[in-house]
Amino acid sequence: MLTTAQAIAAIAVMAIVTFLTRALPFLLFDRGDHPPKLVLYLGRVLPPAVIAMLIIYCLKSNILAVEANLTALLDPAVLNQWLPALLSVAVVVILHVWKHNNLLSIFGGTILYMVLVQAVFI
Amino acid sequence: MNRKTLSAAFPVTVPVLMGYLAIGMAFGFMLQAIGYNYIWAFFMSLTIYAGSGQYLGVQLLNTHAALGTVALMTLLINFRHLVYGLSMLEKFRGMGLRKFYMIFSLTDETYALLSSVRVPAGVEPHSFYFTIALLDHSYWIIGSVIGAVAGALLPIDTTGIDFAMTALFVVIAVDQWKAYKKHLPALLGAVVTLVSLTLVGADNMLLPALAVIVAALLLLRGRLDEAEEHSKGKEENPVC
Repeated sequence: MLTTAQAIAAIAVMAIVTFLTRALPFLLFDRGDHPPKLVLYLGRVLPPAVIAMLIIYCLKSNILAVEANLTALLDPAVLNQWLPALLSVAVVVILHVWKHNNLLSIFGGTILYMVLVQAVFI
Repeated sequence: MNRKTLSAAFPVTVPVLMGYLAIGMAFGFMLQAIGYNYIWAFFMSLTIYAGSGQYLGVQLLNTHAALGTVALMTLLINFRHLVYGLSMLEKFRGMGLRKFYMIFSLTDETYALLSSVRVPAGVEPHSFYFTIALLDHSYWIIGSVIGAVAGALLPIDTTGIDFAMTALFVVIAVDQWKAYKKHLPALLGAVVTLVSLTLVGADNMLLPALAVIVAALLLLRGRLDEAEEHSKGKEENPVC
């Protein structure tokens, strides 16, 4: 674990940066200036790219396990490292497209994943 | 804030109450699972107040991320807030000191409420907005503290609970996929990050990935700019 001081520093950085991202439009454009078109463009196209990036980031250990064992993907020890995540992501997508309920999708997928890694793929 | 404002604002915030209690509890649970108790959950939710940002924060604390990484990741995940602020410039004008709190508390949910809500007759708009923001924030804090306490008391094996973060991002991605006409930015983000993970490795993958993504999006501006213009503002049902 981090020391208490290190953890407080990390939380302070998160708090300050979060506030700055929320405050920036007010700092720059509150006097009636029009935001540059380039900023608006990036504000539109960057969020989906960043979310896709973060999904890959979340799944990094699963992806690396697949890449390192391409010839033995069905080997039980390897299978355990990618199939639970793949199934759970698929369930989140299906639930969300079907019911469009954020909480159902998030908790349905998470509970499935916990059951899979704790009781099925061990 | 008076009684009338509160009784006008509360019903508006009930959907957020449900959502924040649940997602906040999962956050508290995850935080407790990596060894940080309810006091940490309380202060994180009080001072950071960002759903997906705090989910990511759990991961950052757990992996002992360097402060530079913490700053970059927080910046990335909150980049969308830039767009929210732009559409709140008018609404928050003339709010005095309360404006700082309004800006601080501009989460996806509060943004969604404020941009759609109608101020009831006889209620002062600025107090109404402020009360909504304050209620939402308190739900988030309460949810995360309950989650952390529950995580400490209940003898549950929490292995795999960190998948809640992945699930949250997948949900956001599905919503974005529906709201956007062109899917090139999302596909680009995924492919570039995959390549970066493979070439650079898990520890330093994000910065090169982001640099390439931004560069590619700037190069593709001619193709993407016009197409996305029409779907602007359609992004619905944001999560955190």
